[in-house]
Amino acid sequence: MGDMALIGMVSIITAGLTMAIGSIGPAFGEARAVAQALSAIAQQPDEAGTITRTLFVGLAMIESTAIYCFVVTMILIFANPFWDHVVTAAAG
Amino acid sequence: MTINIDSIIFWQWGPITLNATILFTWLVMALLVLISWWVTRRLSEEVRMSRWQNLLEVLVTAIQDQIRDISRQQPGQYLPFIGTLFLFVALSNLLAIVPGYRPPTASLSTTAALAIWVFVAVPVFGIGQKGLRAYLKQYAKPTLFMLPFNILGELSRTIALAVRLYGNMMSGTVIVAILLGIVPLFFPIVMQLFGLLTGMIQAYIFAVLAMVYIASATVAHQKRVAPAE
Repeated sequence: MGDMALIGMVSIITAGLTMAIGSIGPAFGEARAVAQALSAIAQQPDEAGTITRTLFVGLAMIESTAIYCFVVTMILIFANPFWDHVVTAAAG
Repeated sequence: MTINIDSIIFWQWGPITLNATILFTWLVMALLVLISWWVTRRLSEEVRMSRWQNLLEVLVTAIQDQIRDISRQQPGQYLPFIGTLFLFVALSNLLAIVPGYRPPTASLSTTAALAIWVFVAVPVFGIGQKGLRAYLKQYAKPTLFMLPFNILGELSRTIALAVRLYGNMMSGTVIVAILLGIVPLFFPIVMQLFGLLTGMIQAYIFAVLAMVYIASATVAHQKRVAPAE
Protein backbone atom coordinates (compact mmCIF):
# COMPACT_ATOMS: atom_id res chain seq x y z
CA MET A 1 0.00 0.00 0.00
CA GLY A 2 1.51 3.27 -1.09
CA ASP A 3 1.65 6.57 0.74
CA MET A 4 -1.29 7.89 -1.19
CA ALA A 5 -3.67 5.07 -0.31
CA LEU A 6 -2.55 5.13 3.29
CA ILE A 7 -3.06 8.88 3.68
CA GLY A 8 -6.43 8.75 1.93
CA MET A 9 -7.63 5.88 4.08
CA VAL A 10 -6.48 7.40 7.36
CA SER A 11 -7.98 10.78 6.44
CA ILE A 12 -11.39 9.35 5.62
CA ILE A 13 -11.53 7.10 8.70
CA THR A 14 -10.40 9.94 10.95
CA ALA A 15 -12.95 12.28 9.40
CA GLY A 16 -15.75 9.84 10.14
CA LEU A 17 -14.51 9.24 13.68
CA THR A 18 -14.15 12.98 14.29
CA MET A 19 -17.72 13.61 13.23
CA ALA A 20 -19.09 10.63 15.18
CA ILE A 21 -17.32 11.23 18.48
CA GLY A 22 -17.42 14.99 18.14
CA SER A 23 -21.20 15.11 17.82
CA ILE A 24 -22.01 12.85 20.77
CA GLY A 25 -20.88 15.31 23.43
CA PRO A 26 -22.66 18.39 22.05
CA ALA A 27 -25.81 16.29 21.44
CA PHE A 28 -25.98 15.29 25.10
CA GLY A 29 -25.11 18.81 26.20
CA GLU A 30 -27.77 20.43 24.03
CA ALA A 31 -30.40 17.90 25.07
CA ARG A 32 -29.67 18.64 28.71
CA ALA A 33 -29.71 22.39 28.18
CA VAL A 34 -33.02 22.31 26.32
CA ALA A 35 -34.61 20.01 28.90
CA GLN A 36 -33.56 22.30 31.74
CA ALA A 37 -34.75 25.38 29.89
CA LEU A 38 -38.13 23.80 29.17
CA SER A 39 -38.70 22.90 32.79
CA ALA A 40 -37.57 26.39 33.79
CA ILE A 41 -40.08 27.95 31.37
CA ALA A 42 -42.79 25.61 32.67
CA GLN A 43 -42.09 26.80 36.20
CA GLN A 44 -41.70 30.49 35.39
CA PRO A 45 -43.47 31.39 32.14
CA ASP A 46 -42.93 35.10 32.85
CA GLU A 47 -39.19 34.72 32.44
CA ALA A 48 -39.54 32.93 29.08
CA GLY A 49 -37.84 35.75 27.18
CA THR A 50 -34.70 35.80 29.30
CA ILE A 51 -34.53 32.02 29.46
CA THR A 52 -34.93 31.66 25.71
CA ARG A 53 -32.24 34.22 24.96
CA THR A 54 -29.81 32.61 27.36
CA LEU A 55 -30.72 29.21 25.94
CA PHE A 56 -29.94 30.27 22.39
CA VAL A 57 -26.60 31.75 23.35
CA GLY A 58 -25.77 28.65 25.38
CA LEU A 59 -26.82 26.33 22.55
CA ALA A 60 -24.57 28.21 20.15
CA MET A 61 -21.64 27.91 22.53
CA ILE A 62 -22.27 24.17 22.98
CA GLU A 63 -22.79 23.64 19.31
CA SER A 64 -19.54 25.36 18.43
CA THR A 65 -17.62 22.33 19.73
CA ALA A 66 -19.43 20.21 17.13
CA ILE A 67 -18.74 22.90 14.54
CA TYR A 68 -15.01 22.74 15.31
CA CYS A 69 -15.11 19.00 14.65
CA PHE A 70 -16.99 19.66 11.41
CA VAL A 71 -14.37 22.20 10.29
CA VAL A 72 -11.58 19.72 11.02
CA THR A 73 -13.48 17.05 9.06
CA MET A 74 -13.92 19.36 6.09
CA ILE A 75 -10.19 20.17 6.18
CA LEU A 76 -9.38 16.44 6.30
CA ILE A 77 -11.60 15.63 3.34
CA PHE A 78 -11.37 18.66 1.05
CA ALA A 79 -8.23 20.58 2.01
CA ASN A 80 -5.91 17.95 3.42
CA PRO A 81 -2.34 19.36 3.39
CA PHE A 82 -0.71 15.87 3.50
CA TRP A 83 -2.86 14.66 0.62
CA ASP A 84 -1.99 17.76 -1.42
CA HIS A 85 1.68 17.20 -0.66
CA VAL A 86 1.55 13.58 -1.85
CA VAL A 87 -0.40 14.54 -4.99
CA THR A 88 2.10 17.26 -5.95
CA ALA A 89 5.00 14.92 -5.19
CA ALA A 90 3.47 12.25 -7.42
CA ALA A 91 2.78 14.74 -10.21
CA GLY A 92 6.14 16.49 -10.16
CA MET B 1 -17.82 23.00 -5.39
CA THR B 2 -15.37 25.44 -3.89
CA ILE B 3 -15.25 25.44 -0.11
CA ASN B 4 -12.95 28.42 0.17
CA ILE B 5 -14.65 31.39 -1.45
CA ASP B 6 -11.40 33.34 -1.17
CA SER B 7 -10.19 31.34 -4.14
CA ILE B 8 -12.98 32.53 -6.46
CA ILE B 9 -11.24 35.37 -8.24
CA PHE B 10 -13.21 37.78 -10.39
CA TRP B 11 -10.56 40.25 -11.37
CA GLN B 12 -6.81 40.43 -11.09
CA TRP B 13 -4.35 43.21 -11.74
CA GLY B 14 -0.80 42.53 -10.68
CA PRO B 15 -0.71 41.75 -6.96
CA ILE B 16 -4.24 43.10 -6.45
CA THR B 17 -6.92 40.46 -6.66
CA LEU B 18 -10.63 40.92 -6.25
CA ASN B 19 -12.06 37.70 -4.90
CA ALA B 20 -15.62 36.75 -4.05
CA THR B 21 -15.21 37.54 -0.35
CA ILE B 22 -14.13 41.14 -0.94
CA LEU B 23 -16.67 41.73 -3.68
CA PHE B 24 -19.65 40.46 -1.71
CA THR B 25 -18.46 42.24 1.45
CA TRP B 26 -18.44 45.48 -0.51
CA LEU B 27 -21.86 44.65 -1.89
CA VAL B 28 -23.31 44.14 1.59
CA MET B 29 -21.63 47.29 2.87
CA ALA B 30 -22.91 49.31 -0.07
CA LEU B 31 -26.44 47.96 0.43
CA LEU B 32 -26.42 48.86 4.12
CA VAL B 33 -25.05 52.35 3.53
CA LEU B 34 -27.33 53.08 0.58
CA ILE B 35 -30.50 51.90 2.31
CA SER B 36 -29.67 53.82 5.49
CA TRP B 37 -28.80 56.98 3.54
CA TRP B 38 -31.88 56.75 1.37
CA VAL B 39 -34.24 56.17 4.30
CA THR B 40 -32.78 58.79 6.64
CA ARG B 41 -32.74 61.46 3.91
CA ARG B 42 -36.19 62.69 4.87
CA LEU B 43 -37.14 61.68 8.36
CA SER B 44 -40.46 62.69 9.82
CA GLU B 45 -41.05 63.38 13.47
CA GLU B 46 -44.79 63.08 13.17
CA VAL B 47 -46.95 60.04 13.63
CA ARG B 48 -47.12 59.49 9.89
CA MET B 49 -43.86 58.12 8.57
CA SER B 50 -42.65 56.13 5.63
CA ARG B 51 -42.65 52.38 6.06
CA TRP B 52 -38.88 52.23 5.59
CA GLN B 53 -38.35 54.65 8.45
CA ASN B 54 -40.66 52.49 10.50
CA LEU B 55 -38.54 49.44 9.67
CA LEU B 56 -35.30 51.13 10.69
CA GLU B 57 -36.84 52.45 13.90
CA VAL B 58 -38.05 48.98 14.83
CA LEU B 59 -34.59 47.56 14.15
CA VAL B 60 -32.73 50.21 16.13
CA THR B 61 -35.05 50.09 19.14
CA ALA B 62 -34.94 46.28 19.16
CA ILE B 63 -31.12 46.34 19.19
CA GLN B 64 -31.19 48.99 21.91
CA ASP B 65 -33.52 46.89 24.07
CA GLN B 66 -31.35 43.80 23.63
CA ILE B 67 -28.18 45.71 24.56
CA ARG B 68 -29.89 47.16 27.61
CA ASP B 69 -31.09 43.72 28.69
CA ILE B 70 -27.73 42.05 28.27
CA SER B 71 -25.36 44.67 29.58
CA ARG B 72 -27.65 46.35 32.14
CA GLN B 73 -26.18 49.65 30.95
CA GLN B 74 -27.34 52.50 28.76
CA PRO B 75 -27.07 51.25 25.17
CA GLY B 76 -26.01 54.56 23.62
CA GLN B 77 -22.27 54.07 23.27
CA TYR B 78 -22.47 50.39 22.28
CA LEU B 79 -25.24 50.76 19.73
CA PRO B 80 -23.09 51.76 16.71
CA PHE B 81 -20.61 48.91 17.15
CA ILE B 82 -22.98 46.10 18.11
CA GLY B 83 -25.68 47.25 15.70
CA THR B 84 -23.24 47.35 12.81
CA LEU B 85 -21.93 43.89 13.61
CA PHE B 86 -25.44 42.46 13.78
CA LEU B 87 -26.73 44.18 10.65
CA PHE B 88 -23.67 43.26 8.59
CA VAL B 89 -23.68 39.59 9.57
CA ALA B 90 -27.46 39.31 9.31
CA LEU B 91 -27.64 40.92 5.87
CA SER B 92 -24.73 38.92 4.48
CA ASN B 93 -26.37 35.70 5.72
CA LEU B 94 -29.85 36.65 4.53
CA LEU B 95 -28.72 37.54 1.01
CA ALA B 96 -27.84 33.86 0.54
CA ILE B 97 -31.27 33.45 -1.08
CA VAL B 98 -30.01 35.47 -4.06
CA PRO B 99 -28.67 33.06 -6.71
CA GLY B 100 -24.96 33.42 -7.39
CA TYR B 101 -24.32 35.18 -4.13
CA ARG B 102 -21.88 33.58 -1.71
CA PRO B 103 -22.13 34.87 1.87
CA PRO B 104 -18.83 36.53 2.80
CA THR B 105 -19.28 35.17 6.32
CA ALA B 106 -18.58 31.70 4.88
CA SER B 107 -14.95 32.77 4.57
CA LEU B 108 -12.61 32.61 7.55
CA SER B 109 -11.01 35.93 6.55
CA THR B 110 -14.24 37.89 7.05
CA THR B 111 -15.17 36.29 10.34
CA ALA B 112 -11.61 36.62 11.64
CA ALA B 113 -11.70 40.33 10.79
CA LEU B 114 -15.00 40.74 12.66
CA ALA B 115 -13.69 38.79 15.65
CA ILE B 116 -10.53 40.91 15.73
CA TRP B 117 -12.73 44.00 15.89
CA VAL B 118 -14.45 42.54 18.95
CA PHE B 119 -11.02 41.69 20.39
CA VAL B 120 -9.97 45.34 19.97
CA ALA B 121 -13.28 46.79 21.13
CA VAL B 122 -13.20 45.00 24.51
CA PRO B 123 -10.15 46.89 25.88
CA VAL B 124 -11.21 50.11 24.18
CA PHE B 125 -14.59 50.16 25.96
CA GLY B 126 -13.09 48.70 29.14
CA ILE B 127 -10.34 51.29 29.46
CA GLY B 128 -12.72 54.03 28.44
CA GLN B 129 -15.08 53.18 31.29
CA LYS B 130 -12.82 52.00 34.07
CA GLY B 131 -9.42 53.48 33.34
CA LEU B 132 -6.24 51.65 32.42
CA ARG B 133 -5.26 50.46 35.91
CA ALA B 134 -8.65 49.05 36.81
CA TYR B 135 -8.94 47.36 33.43
CA LEU B 136 -5.53 45.71 33.65
CA LYS B 137 -6.18 44.72 37.24
CA GLN B 138 -9.11 42.52 36.29
CA TYR B 139 -6.74 40.19 34.44
CA ALA B 140 -5.12 39.37 37.79
CA LYS B 141 -8.41 38.43 39.42
CA PRO B 142 -9.13 36.44 41.53
CA THR B 143 -5.40 35.84 42.05
CA LEU B 144 -2.27 36.71 40.13
CA PHE B 145 -1.94 33.02 39.39
CA MET B 146 -4.90 33.29 36.98
CA LEU B 147 -3.18 35.88 34.76
CA PRO B 148 -2.03 33.53 31.96
CA PHE B 149 -5.40 31.78 31.91
CA ASN B 150 -7.26 35.05 31.59
CA ILE B 151 -5.07 36.11 28.67
CA LEU B 152 -5.45 32.69 27.05
CA GLY B 153 -9.21 32.90 27.49
CA GLU B 154 -9.25 36.28 25.79
CA LEU B 155 -7.41 34.85 22.77
CA SER B 156 -9.29 31.57 22.54
CA ARG B 157 -12.72 33.18 22.71
CA THR B 158 -11.74 35.43 19.80
CA ILE B 159 -10.77 32.39 17.74
CA ALA B 160 -13.94 30.62 18.83
CA LEU B 161 -16.03 33.62 17.74
CA ALA B 162 -14.45 33.56 14.28
CA VAL B 163 -14.59 29.78 13.76
CA ARG B 164 -18.17 29.50 15.05
CA LEU B 165 -19.60 31.90 12.49
CA TYR B 166 -17.37 30.56 9.72
CA GLY B 167 -18.18 26.93 10.48
CA ASN B 168 -21.91 27.49 10.62
CA MET B 169 -22.12 29.41 7.37
CA MET B 170 -19.66 27.19 5.54
CA SER B 171 -21.44 24.03 6.69
CA GLY B 172 -24.71 25.35 5.24
CA THR B 173 -23.10 25.79 1.82
CA VAL B 174 -21.36 22.42 1.95
CA ILE B 175 -24.48 20.52 3.02
CA VAL B 176 -26.51 22.06 0.19
CA ALA B 177 -23.76 21.20 -2.28
CA ILE B 178 -23.57 17.59 -1.07
CA LEU B 179 -27.38 17.21 -1.15
CA LEU B 180 -27.44 18.58 -4.70
CA GLY B 181 -25.34 15.58 -5.66
CA ILE B 182 -27.53 13.02 -3.86
CA VAL B 183 -31.16 14.26 -3.83
CA PRO B 184 -31.24 17.30 -6.12
CA LEU B 185 -34.99 17.89 -6.14
CA PHE B 186 -36.51 18.88 -2.82
CA PHE B 187 -34.10 18.61 0.10
CA PRO B 188 -31.55 21.28 -0.87
CA ILE B 189 -34.29 23.91 -0.59
CA VAL B 190 -35.28 22.72 2.86
CA MET B 191 -31.68 22.84 3.99
CA GLN B 192 -31.29 26.29 2.46
CA LEU B 193 -34.30 27.51 4.43
CA PHE B 194 -32.73 26.00 7.53
CA GLY B 195 -29.54 27.83 6.57
CA LEU B 196 -31.42 31.14 6.60
CA LEU B 197 -32.61 30.41 10.14
CA THR B 198 -29.10 29.43 11.24
CA GLY B 199 -27.75 32.57 9.63
CA MET B 200 -30.07 34.82 11.58
CA ILE B 201 -29.40 32.99 14.85
CA GLN B 202 -25.66 33.17 14.27
CA ALA B 203 -25.86 36.91 13.55
CA TYR B 204 -27.80 37.37 16.77
CA ILE B 205 -25.34 35.24 18.72
CA PHE B 206 -22.33 37.02 17.28
CA ALA B 207 -23.72 40.37 18.40
CA VAL B 208 -24.83 39.03 21.80
CA LEU B 209 -21.44 37.46 22.50
CA ALA B 210 -19.62 40.64 21.48
CA MET B 211 -21.89 42.55 23.86
CA VAL B 212 -21.33 40.02 26.66
CA TYR B 213 -17.54 40.25 26.26
CA ILE B 214 -17.63 44.06 26.27
CA ALA B 215 -20.03 44.11 29.22
CA SER B 216 -17.80 41.78 31.22
CA ALA B 217 -14.92 44.21 30.75
CA THR B 218 -16.92 47.30 31.68
CA VAL B 219 -19.56 46.31 34.18
CA ALA B 220 -17.48 45.16 37.13
CA HIS B 221 -17.40 48.25 39.32
CA GLN B 222 -20.64 49.82 38.19
CA LYS B 223 -23.74 49.62 40.24
CA ARG B 224 -26.11 47.18 38.63
CA VAL B 225 -29.41 48.61 37.62
CA ALA B 226 -31.41 45.62 38.82
CA PRO B 227 -29.34 43.41 41.12
CA ALA B 228 -32.31 41.28 42.09
CA GLU B 229 -32.75 39.69 38.67
